[in-house]
Amino acid sequence: MTNTWQDIKNANVVLVMGGNAAEAHPCGFKWVIEAKIENKAKLVVVDPRFTRTASVADVYAPIRPGTDIAFLSGVMRYLLENDAIQHAYVKAYTNASLIVKEGYGFEDGLFTGYNEEKRSYDKSSWDYELDEQGYAKSDDTWQHPRCVINLLKQHVDRYTPELVSRICGTPQDKYLEICKIFASTAAPDKALTSLFALGWTQHSVGAQNIRAMAMVQLLLGNIGVAGGGMNALRGHSNIQGLTDVGLMSNLLPGYMTIPKDSDVTLDKYLETKQFKPLRPGQTSYWQNYRKFFVSFQKALYGDAAKAENNWAYDWLPKLDVDGYDVLRAFERMDNGQMNGYICQGFNPMQAFPDRGKIRRSLSKLKYLVVIDPLDTETANFWQDYGPQNPSKPAEIQTEVFQLPTTCFAEEEGSLVNSARWLQWHWKAADAPGEAKPDLWIMAGLYHRLKTMYAKDGGAFPDPILNLSWSYADPAEPQPAELAREMNGRALVDIKDDSGAVVLKAGQQLDGFAQLRDDGTTMSGCWIFAGSWTEKGNQMARRDASDPRDAGIAPNWAWAWPANRRILYNRASADLDGKPWNPHKPVVQWNGSKWVGFDVPDYGPTVKPQDGVGPFIMNQEGQGRLFARGLMVEGPFPEHYEPFESPAENVLHPKVKSNPAARVFPNDRKAMGTAQDFPYVGTTYRLTEHFHYWTKHALINAILQPEEFVEIGEALAKEKGIEQGGWVKVSSKRGQVICKAFVTKRIKPLMVDGKPTHVIGCPIHWGFTGVARKGYGANTLTPFVGDANTNTPEFKAFLLNIEKTSAPPAVDVAQGPRDAQGVPKSLTKVGSL
Amino acid sequence: MADLQSQDYIRRSATNLTPPSVRHHELEVAKLIDVSRCIGCKACQSACMEWNNLRPEMEEFNGAYENPHDLNPGTWTLMRFAEYEDEQGNLEWLIRKDGCMHCEDPGCLKACPAPGAIVQYANGIVDFISENCIGCGYCVKGCPFNIPRISAQDHKSYKCTLCSDRVGVGLEPACVKTCPTGAIMFGSKDDMKDWAGERIAELKERGFQNAGLYDPPEVGGTHVMYVLHHADKPSLYSGLPDKPHISALVGAWKGFLKPLALAGLAFAAVSTFVHSIVSGPNETTEEDEEAARREMSGQGESEGKGTP
Repeated sequence: MTNTWQDIKNANVVLVMGGNAAEAHPCGFKWVIEAKIENKAKLVVVDPRFTRTASVADVYAPIRPGTDIAFLSGVMRYLLENDAIQHAYVKAYTNASLIVKEGYGFEDGLFTGYNEEKRSYDKSSWDYELDEQGYAKSDDTWQHPRCVINLLKQHVDRYTPELVSRICGTPQDKYLEICKIFASTAAPDKALTSLFALGWTQHSVGAQNIRAMAMVQLLLGNIGVAGGGMNALRGHSNIQGLTDVGLMSNLLPGYMTIPKDSDVTLDKYLETKQFKPLRPGQTSYWQNYRKFFVSFQKALYGDAAKAENNWAYDWLPKLDVDGYDVLRAFERMDNGQMNGYICQGFNPMQAFPDRGKIRRSLSKLKYLVVIDPLDTETANFWQDYGPQNPSKPAEIQTEVFQLPTTCFAEEEGSLVNSARWLQWHWKAADAPGEAKPDLWIMAGLYHRLKTMYAKDGGAFPDPILNLSWSYADPAEPQPAELAREMNGRALVDIKDDSGAVVLKAGQQLDGFAQLRDDGTTMSGCWIFAGSWTEKGNQMARRDASDPRDAGIAPNWAWAWPANRRILYNRASADLDGKPWNPHKPVVQWNGSKWVGFDVPDYGPTVKPQDGVGPFIMNQEGQGRLFARGLMVEGPFPEHYEPFESPAENVLHPKVKSNPAARVFPNDRKAMGTAQDFPYVGTTYRLTEHFHYWTKHALINAILQPEEFVEIGEALAKEKGIEQGGWVKVSSKRGQVICKAFVTKRIKPLMVDGKPTHVIGCPIHWGFTGVARKGYGANTLTPFVGDANTNTPEFKAFLLNIEKTSAPPAVDVAQGPRDAQGVPKSLTKVGSL
Repeated sequence: MADLQSQDYIRRSATNLTPPSVRHHELEVAKLIDVSRCIGCKACQSACMEWNNLRPEMEEFNGAYENPHDLNPGTWTLMRFAEYEDEQGNLEWLIRKDGCMHCEDPGCLKACPAPGAIVQYANGIVDFISENCIGCGYCVKGCPFNIPRISAQDHKSYKCTLCSDRVGVGLEPACVKTCPTGAIMFGSKDDMKDWAGERIAELKERGFQNAGLYDPPEVGGTHVMYVLHHADKPSLYSGLPDKPHISALVGAWKGFLKPLALAGLAFAAVSTFVHSIVSGPNETTEEDEEAARREMSGQGESEGKGTP
């Protein structure tokens, strides 16, 4: 989130699109209700289904899964055509005026530079025209035909209301009503907040869905202000923390990137990370990359990271591909290129697409280690649970190790919420049985590896042998020790320019501004610097007081970066530093410095007239309507159909789906066509469950006991499906037999003149746990991801559905069977 | 529920009661369920199970979000979901938390023949005292909202207690505490009516011309009230009675039939006594005991179905 949960209450319009906040985030949704009651906000919901969020909305519009970019490009067209943009904001705070290079173009669904064979772009033309000093040229009069705003106008001009409706199936009147509500927030003192989640990310165009909305928000002047922002509602309690500390195959902590094979030296690696300002006088804060990086290496390797060995740069892994995302990992497993898998806090059998492929891939492993508090489907993939998991144990040689771990309530530590708050939590109960903290398990693995490397040598022992491991109990590092390490500390006395000592050697850093690139500071995750200072554990703060009910509550826990609650908050004030909305100021210029309830996202004494942009991480200092080369499929979002879609791409039939998305050859063969699978499938969560965990909890199982799909009345009638009756739902990859919920809440959408039916597939059931056994919706989903992130396309694919009778198999699929095929145990369910 | 608060009784089933007078300061309480801000998340159902230690049977999916499918002896509150299309074809998903309304004039209490099995406290809460319940089911007949459910196992009647155990020590009911959107509020009945007034004004501003408070005078008002967007048509909300009324039979039972019924009870008591003198006390066989043990350990095939 750029903003916070509480800040939602400051919005005039709440848009829930690409998410279902009431069902997936019911606790945070209280702030939407607060906005409605206390701020008279309008709630707009755009979703293929009439959800529980829609049930409390002021306006609801249906949309075909996977067509959000068409919808949002149409919104941009509407705003530009009706001059409903916040002019002063757009002109000063976005790159609307910057001039794009000659040579950039877009035609028939492709931007310039496309290489069909490689399915990727040469992005060199997607950039600004530079002057002699290397700064981007600009035309504040917006007369130049290649200034960003004009290119944008040209790009979205095709998305007329008629075309939007034709692609999305959204009725034109509803669509225009929503455009008008959006437009009302172009006023400087009005704000729209965008709440989204996996409904936008889980598409082959996921990242561009979000970009499209971010552009709408920039045009409306809604970024950086109270009640505005782009607010990603994260799907796990600590998934924000996961990305923050770099648990992605291509990231280091604090959103630094893992070097590539081609980055053969540290200097080569840092060459691409110089982030020279593209406009005069801009902050371009990533210029400090080297400080963050060297401090990270010092945290990782301690004294072994020295200037002489380039801070142990050579010990870092180097990527030979863009990343080893989960799709690539399982593709390699399936091809026999990966034969061991350590699966920590993850349940691929339920959570990854094309379950048949996942099962087949796991079956080819030599060993699988599952580190989890629960008895997961993944740990049991080899067991025969009948049609819901048709494995043949005798044919599988994979050795499975299950290491039970503590869950969050059985250990202390911090969780990072959607609003970037690091909140410390305390242990509430002892763990059951043999469960051990993940840290104990990881430490055990590390010591054994280290001993083996020390004793037997190996191809490259240095990264393991030199790892810094200075914990009070080396066998079990404590969360507090790790948290202090992530914050970082001074390694020698740190002096300011006058020579005065600001930090003594060994003292915790106050913030990332103190980081040095000469090896005198260490920090495991630079954005967390400030979370555990000499004043103590800032994450454990629990002062809920909130001056003027601004929704900031600055002394509750600690937010990265620098305890800043609203990112880009300089943009909440006009060019002179006065709040656009005087009733909801965030920060403002008082004549000598920036003041406010929030920590300014800006130099505290930088004068407004100096013209430093509010988007301090960007080289331009501005929000980007034109993304330059930062996205793989284009500097502007473009509508591409999902990889499995019942419709042609009416904009450019030859380029139907994302031209830069990676598809493995075998997975392409496993894609279905609308002829065999005529209906649009989409997967989602229900309020009653949390992913695949709560089917292990009896109360949740009682509240939503059994697998089902949701279909509209028209489709049910067409296929003779009764309310609650059994259906067989199939994709090219597999089938699910479950019950049908026939509902008025899903209606056929008129797409390019044809009625298009949507089938909703809740994801929660599997073959472990106390809830009734199910197949798992990801039996059906396609093995393709977003072109930038490779997040799988769970939200739009093709299905067929047929009425069927109750399968006898469901009655016996109650557990692993013995050699005679008899279930070994019958799962006992609760009774009064 | 245990008899924690007998000095607060103002009504007691099948008993002539002079209410104790020392606790005259007691405020009437109410739970206000604002349907317009409810998201149907079932946190209230979950909290009810947790606080009251209830684990009703896990049922099947039967084509509805209502799980369990109905109120039962272990399900004292239930989210009900109604898909409603108005004349213009606009869809609304009307979600209502169902459960005991805690009537000011409780039909269940009136109908109950077992002394002290149903009581009403000075704060308005209507509670079932299990040790006095004889499982006759008259409360079910007497309830205008179809709430109480008789357990097939212990033949006692069960329903929401409005967390009388929590309220008695100054806490709000469990469902109120857990509700993430503040759709369930709790306080004095006067305060809840005031707050409802604000909510209704806001709903009218948003175009719900018929928004209103559900506090039906037919049962003397209730201590569980709803803010409805369509107060003119309560039945849209999964059959909330437009005009709830206590069955005429309950009036009859309390009136001219009462002496007859009491005579019947007396006859039964006398017969039992005579039977035990003549034939000796009832004895159980080993088979009976075994059956009971099976039942208790939950292995019986037919256990836990709840509603008779």
